[in-house]
Amino acid sequence: MADPARDDGLTADELDDGIPFMQQLLDNPFILLFLGVVTPTVLYVIWGVMEIVGIPVAK
Amino acid sequence: MAINRMFRTCPMTGLRVHESAEALIKANAVAAVVFLLLGGILALLVALTRWQAVHLLPPDWFYLVLTGHGLDMLVFWIIFFEIAVLYFASSILLGCRLAAPRLAWFAFFLMLAGGIINNYAVFRGDSSVMFTSYAPMGAHPTFYLGLILFAVGALIACFVFFGTLVVGKAEHTYNGSVPLVTFGAVTAAIIAVFTIATGAIILIPTFLWSVGLVDHIDSLMYRTVWWAFGHSSQQINVAAHVSVWYAVAAIVFGAKPMSEKVSRGAFLLYILFLQLASAHHLLADPGLTSNWKIFNTSYAMYLAVLASMVHGLTVPGSIEVAQRRKGYTKGLFEWLRKAPWGNPVFSGMFMSLLGFGFLGGISGVIMGTEQLNLIIHNTIYVPGHFHATVVIGTTLAFMAVTYFVIPAIFRREVSFPKIAQWQPYVFGIGMTMLAVFMMGAGTLGVPRRHWDITFAGNALGYEFPGTAHLMMGLMGIGGVIAVVGGAMYLLVVVHSVFLGRRIETPGFQRVRVVEGMAPIPVPQPAGAAPQAHGGAQAWGAPGTFALAMVFLVSFVLYYFINWKYLATVWPLK
Repeated sequence: MADPARDDGLTADELDDGIPFMQQLLDNPFILLFLGVVTPTVLYVIWGVMEIVGIPVAK
Repeated sequence: MAINRMFRTCPMTGLRVHESAEALIKANAVAAVVFLLLGGILALLVALTRWQAVHLLPPDWFYLVLTGHGLDMLVFWIIFFEIAVLYFASSILLGCRLAAPRLAWFAFFLMLAGGIINNYAVFRGDSSVMFTSYAPMGAHPTFYLGLILFAVGALIACFVFFGTLVVGKAEHTYNGSVPLVTFGAVTAAIIAVFTIATGAIILIPTFLWSVGLVDHIDSLMYRTVWWAFGHSSQQINVAAHVSVWYAVAAIVFGAKPMSEKVSRGAFLLYILFLQLASAHHLLADPGLTSNWKIFNTSYAMYLAVLASMVHGLTVPGSIEVAQRRKGYTKGLFEWLRKAPWGNPVFSGMFMSLLGFGFLGGISGVIMGTEQLNLIIHNTIYVPGHFHATVVIGTTLAFMAVTYFVIPAIFRREVSFPKIAQWQPYVFGIGMTMLAVFMMGAGTLGVPRRHWDITFAGNALGYEFPGTAHLMMGLMGIGGVIAVVGGAMYLLVVVHSVFLGRRIETPGFQRVRVVEGMAPIPVPQPAGAAPQAHGGAQAWGAPGTFALAMVFLVSFVLYYFINWKYLATVWPLK
């Protein structure tokens, strides 16, 4: 499991160029972390809280 | 600061084990098992109280015990074990050092302190507020404080996991993408971060409310945000136990994923949509619109269900492909008949897969359908569902992988091998009975979290049909069998870890680092398989597709039976 960049003389960036977009996305845990936190925060938490805040207060 | 680069190479698996990672895996796994023991004792008391013919505990003790059981099992046992899984899937599978071991120890002690403080609050007797602790029902401040400390510790542990991924990449201990098992652990850690963040959003103000610094907690706001924590915490389990399934398939059979693309795509669906299923707990709440409810359950949740069905297909599929390569090609199911059913690592994992899919998965879709939810909402059907997902699915998978962890990490032989061989069956069958009969009783309207369904001595009673009482009795018997299975697990694990025969292995040695890259050992088959990548070439799994068809037919039938049932209890004329 040596560094591929060392084996064939290519830099890591040059190697990345040939990797499909989806694989690059799935290989980046921090982008996935961002997506995995933002998606439910917007669709579940913020949307849900906005609906509750919008309920008229009983008089 | 000196970096610990002490590694040993496991002779059984060929995996390179970092000293700090091994110690932390052991500590987290032992803490998990202690909370499992406590939760298991409480489980027996709950089952014997809800079994109406026994009706063991008085009401105040019942609610106390039920609260402790829920927290010890759903939070402390499971998450401690998951942290052990995260460290294994990062440091050991990537063959790299664990990032920031001291921080990881700080996280461990914070989690331990949180667990103890929360249990103290529960056993004081003034915090019998159930796992959900719905405001305005208040608990002692230490109840919330314990949960907050535990959550902060778990969050730190998640970031140690992410840091370890960075270390592995920077020190070039693996090529290209991380192994699929590690990717599943990434999914679990991401869901954990969201879970803990939402937990903080709701539990910190609730703690301040409990000490008098905040006036009021809105009950609907509490429920909405709390469920983003409460239900998502169980979604960490799903991602973690699916990772364990892939690991066991690789360890026992040398199986490679049928398609990396498909399996990783399914994990991506978990990352994006699994947490949204939390909304099904609020389907009967009038304060939220149908738009929010239906989007979060009947649209987004189905994408997560699709992901589970993909894993449910590809894990046994990869086992079938591996078995067929070994020559078990006769008929549709020779590969399954000739599987090592006497090996608890496999039998526990396969029962976990079946129980999670057929019982937990199908019932989860029923509960997530807004209309159908009406017939089972807040009945004992709900704990029936999550005992199928969290206990048969997650706990049984974790029990199964423990039989691999004992020799590989604790370096001890598994004691009482015959008991270990039977343990997954006893636990799995008992828990299946418990889940099925809970769901049956729930369909007849038996409420959850209820001390006495005979309403003895109440002015406004209600008489459930005899079938409901029969099902509650069978549920109790199933619970007792499952507790016996749990006790067998604890006996084997505790004896193996503390008194089991040592497996002599080479000790830790300092690994010299040349240009930031540690030398890589040649992996042995058992260790190489979970580190390997699969391909899209291996779809020759007709037996698995036949099983998938059985699953889909069961799913469709049960779905429509529930619509028919809804039509009888809520007729439209």
